[in-house]
Amino acid sequence: MSDSDHTHETAPVTRFKAPTRLDYTVTAAAVTADFLRHILEQRLVGRRCPVCAKVYLPPRGVCPTCAVRCHEQVEAGHAGTIDTFSVVRIPFEGQVLEPPYVCARILIDGTDAPLLHIVGEIAPEEVTLGMRVEAVWDDRPLPTLARVRYFRPEGGTP
Amino acid sequence: MRRVHVQGVGRLPPAVRNVPSYATGPAWDEPQWSVAGPDGPELLTPAALDEAEMVQAVTAAALADAGLSRDDVGFICSGSNDYHQGRPFSFVMALDGVGCWPPKRESHVEMDGAFALYEAWVRLQHGDVDVALVYAYGRSSLGPTDEVLSLQLDPYFLAPLGPPPIALAGLQAQALVDAGLATEADFAAVVARAWRAAADDLYTSVSAELVEDRMLLHPAVASPLRAHDQASFADGAAAVVLVAEGAGPAIEGIAHCIDPMDFGTRDLTTSRSARLAHAAAGGGIPEVAELHLRFSPEALILRDALGLEEALVDPTGGTLPSDVPMVSGLTRVIAATEHVRGGAGRALAHCTAGPCLQQNLVTLLVAP
Repeated sequence: MSDSDHTHETAPVTRFKAPTRLDYTVTAAAVTADFLRHILEQRLVGRRCPVCAKVYLPPRGVCPTCAVRCHEQVEAGHAGTIDTFSVVRIPFEGQVLEPPYVCARILIDGTDAPLLHIVGEIAPEEVTLGMRVEAVWDDRPLPTLARVRYFRPEGGTP
Repeated sequence: MRRVHVQGVGRLPPAVRNVPSYATGPAWDEPQWSVAGPDGPELLTPAALDEAEMVQAVTAAALADAGLSRDDVGFICSGSNDYHQGRPFSFVMALDGVGCWPPKRESHVEMDGAFALYEAWVRLQHGDVDVALVYAYGRSSLGPTDEVLSLQLDPYFLAPLGPPPIALAGLQAQALVDAGLATEADFAAVVARAWRAAADDLYTSVSAELVEDRMLLHPAVASPLRAHDQASFADGAAAVVLVAEGAGPAIEGIAHCIDPMDFGTRDLTTSRSARLAHAAAGGGIPEVAELHLRFSPEALILRDALGLEEALVDPTGGTLPSDVPMVSGLTRVIAATEHVRGGAGRALAHCTAGPCLQQNLVTLLVAP
């Protein structure tokens, strides 16, 4: 268990390795499963809170403000407005995109809580707050948010 | 000391999703939970609800049972464990279930909800808050519960060996047998009795025909224990509303004691911490007791430590047929509350944590 560099018999054990691994099977609950089915059909469908009427996208099973279940499904648009953004300039482990790229909060038309996604087809320095963007769908049938490859300036690259 | 009452309770009954191999009874149906839908109650499978929805269902039910609303609540405390849920900060996501506006004083314990109830009881003693909402949720079906429990052992000597819980419980069981305090037939009798009682319990969806004289023919998993000596893990959630100077069963006393972590330093045939916690909570003989059992020998040890007759213990079947990690202790409080509501003068609720009954929390409830 001790490190192999402890060559002297009486050297104190200063560390040992005890690797652990736990495997889980996490399933999507019905509300998320609905959302993922819709996104396969290239639709963005959120849920409305019956009390405060806010529309959440991705949908939430419970309105985090009002603590009531959200049943009503609401078809949202495919475009929205950049609420805030950040330019990712450094590489990190597991990164999918090549830096620099823009990570943005986008308020999708017809919803009340912004969605976190990527902005593409535009130089990072040209992205602005309030910019209108639209979804560019990925051709692959991915049951995840990556079904939208990224958002680009509405009407194409300026 | 302020007198604190259990004024409201709510729960999603334990859903056993992995049928134990020894269950030879009627076919097990996929368990269903009844939750409030847009047009009245709807039945959903446990997998259909996320953690926030589970929390919403039980806290809304407990508040309705108490005749209160979220506006009345001054303190919220929850119990859950990220290692059982398989994701970091899972309790933050589950907070959606109790709502964020207006903000409340809030706390969380990485323990069973019974310990959250203890914190809430202490918080109510401060005097500035009158109503506390306590909840717990657990979805053991997502991950390797036995391995999660192994990892809570001390990190230097035991955790690297990775003994499964039943191996440690086997040491305790063997100690009882060696001391002449119990036999394997006694363990089987505890299990058979628990499953018989669970079959009649409103909140237990499980059943298995365990024939006592055939149970000893099953192979030992960790001698002298067999598979049926270990509780079946389940998913579930529960909530309790505590009100200072409120209505309903009152908490006479609540106390928590811990035995040493090192098994070598304690007598495994008894539970000193359970005895001390019981005495600190008020002691005496209750009319009924709901114990949190993970292994059948623990019933014999606790009955002895708490001075309980067998007939008083776990009329609901207890947790051997369905144990929801992080929730079972709070559910014992709810079961005890229901006994007092049903006419019992004094009921005991027990919760354990750690290996071999290391930690014990005892709550005594009395008629108001």
